Amino acid sequence: MSPLHLSHFTASSCLGHGLDAMQTMLLQQKSGLRPCHFETVNDLATYIGETPNVDAAALPATLAAHNCRNNRLAWLGLQQDGFSAAVEAAIARHGRRRVGVFLGTSTAGILQTELAYRRRDPVSGALPDDFIYATTHNTYSVAGFVREYFQLEGPAMVVSTACSSSAKVFGSAARMIEAGLIDAAVVGGVDSLCLTTLYGFNSLELLAPEPCRPFDVERQGLSIGEAAAFVLLERPAEDLAADAVLLLGVGESSDAHHMSSPHPDGLGARMAMAAALQSAGLQASDIDYINLHGTATPGNDAAEGKAVAALFGDRTPGSSTKGATGHTLGAAGGLEAIICAIALQRGFLPGGCNTRQLDPAIPIRYLTANADIAPRRVLSNSFGFGGTNCSLVLGRAS
Amino acid sequence: MTIKHALEAWIDGIGLLGPGLDNWPAAQPVLAATTAYVAQPLVVPAPLALPPAERRRVGQSVKIALAVAQEAVTAAQADAKQLAAVFASSGADGDNCDAICKVLASDDRHISPTRFHNSVHNAPAGYWGIASGAMTPATVVCAYDASFGAGLLEAMTQVGAVAAGVLLVAYEAPYPEPLQAKRPHPSAFGLALALMPQRGPRSLARIRIELVDAVADTMANAELEALRQQIPCARGLPLAQALAGGGAARVVLEYLAPLSLAVEIEACN
Repeated sequence: MSPLHLSHFTASSCLGHGLDAMQTMLLQQKSGLRPCHFETVNDLATYIGETPNVDAAALPATLAAHNCRNNRLAWLGLQQDGFSAAVEAAIARHGRRRVGVFLGTSTAGILQTELAYRRRDPVSGALPDDFIYATTHNTYSVAGFVREYFQLEGPAMVVSTACSSSAKVFGSAARMIEAGLIDAAVVGGVDSLCLTTLYGFNSLELLAPEPCRPFDVERQGLSIGEAAAFVLLERPAEDLAADAVLLLGVGESSDAHHMSSPHPDGLGARMAMAAALQSAGLQASDIDYINLHGTATPGNDAAEGKAVAALFGDRTPGSSTKGATGHTLGAAGGLEAIICAIALQRGFLPGGCNTRQLDPAIPIRYLTANADIAPRRVLSNSFGFGGTNCSLVLGRAS
Repeated sequence: MTIKHALEAWIDGIGLLGPGLDNWPAAQPVLAATTAYVAQPLVVPAPLALPPAERRRVGQSVKIALAVAQEAVTAAQADAKQLAAVFASSGADGDNCDAICKVLASDDRHISPTRFHNSVHNAPAGYWGIASGAMTPATVVCAYDASFGAGLLEAMTQVGAVAAGVLLVAYEAPYPEPLQAKRPHPSAFGLALALMPQRGPRSLARIRIELVDAVADTMANAELEALRQQIPCARGLPLAQALAGGGAARVVLEYLAPLSLAVEIEACN
């Protein structure tokens, strides 16, 4: 593919609001995971990554119909790091119709519906009048919110492929730009805490009773997180700074195996990574760091480990940053692409948090501490329910 | 203002399922207005391509999606394993969503693990992979009422970018109450297109699409027009009607205001 420039980006998660907060936590290898006391959820012995002050973020009055936790998190995210101003500048350069919006989410504003179900009419069972389906519950709601916030008039959509959603949007945006339909795209992902995912992953017995420990021999499952991750993607200018970050490749595949378990040998994952390398015109040996999907469930890490070992052997350093952020589901691909961008710009490899003893059965080079090595090209993995896989290759301009 | 970037593909197979529209061969004369439209409740076929354990677990949206996907692939005589897939739907599995929300609003919040993994928007894509064995990329897009347009745009850019076949599967299943009152779809509906980068022996028509400022076309038949207006994936009906009529045509499909999608159609005779 033709490389695209991540001309501006920002992320908010349990590591804090904006890039500085996240970078500080990553450099100190600190985790944002805390015992779960979300909303009325006090009966799950697990840890979560809750973004601070999401409910204090009040949407502008003109956007009140979009009010739900997911869009409040999106709005909070858009206010950080001058991201909104960067999008406005892109609109001024390209025009309202030439800037697309492609965002990933798994559950959008479903929490709003969960709360509305508690207020059903006791006789008729009807949902309350103040519940607005289109702009909160519907899967598209977060992209609709962002499109309306910026008063954009171009193409927009949500990709909702569970935990690969906000990685796959990079591919969709790249194809739209390549086809000449748009000149820039707001991509990324927003997924927020809700009861469906907390009790859902609990029903699958996939929640760890402690902060998640990716690739640890005693890993017990995942910690759910939430995040808003936004990237402005444009064709690269001719005079890029050396530390400018480029999207170099996107690879996608399907497991065709099972709805909630990965292919045991990680075959789909391997195909996605290989396709991303091919899309970037690179070899495995060109990759300096892998941001692993690494959810810390026994099955997922074993399958991903086999896939990584098959392509990269035990040479390429990698880590899962979910020990720090939790698994932010539909926002994970976008959030972890931004973590990769920080690593490329700051010149370090982030080590994984919480992992104490590496699983000896997984023969990859897993980093449990930050490494003072400046990567030039990195790979980021995102895999999800339904056997959906996406890998991104990112690199420095020079 | 027309934005001059037409995207092109050949349609090799069509799958259609809606009330009174049992499949593409049955729907074609109805859409071409040579046979009268008779509204009838839709009967969704069982997804026989799934293993029995999975077949028992899936909801209506998966069944609809798999039925039209299979019809389009069979008609195209294509190898499903070679096709990328784009699924487009405004909602996910409404029955499942309702069941989960009811449990979460009760005193006992233990939800079923099968319901949970079927609640993801990409459940039909996951089950399609299991049924077809396709390990090719599959994406799932949503743009509320513009979901058909968003799916068609995504599929056409994929055909252009990778020069390979792409299966577009647009589908919708209705919500039960109380969500139905907030999002009333009168029926399930599905429309699938097997889109190819080159003309082949099975090609039915060449299509080219572009983003335009224009009002979307409507259906002449009032009942079909009601379906078009009330079910997001039925926003593709004017395209199906033009394909049913054969020859050359240009239709405008609803997308995200102020944009519409213009589709130029040229039948392969």
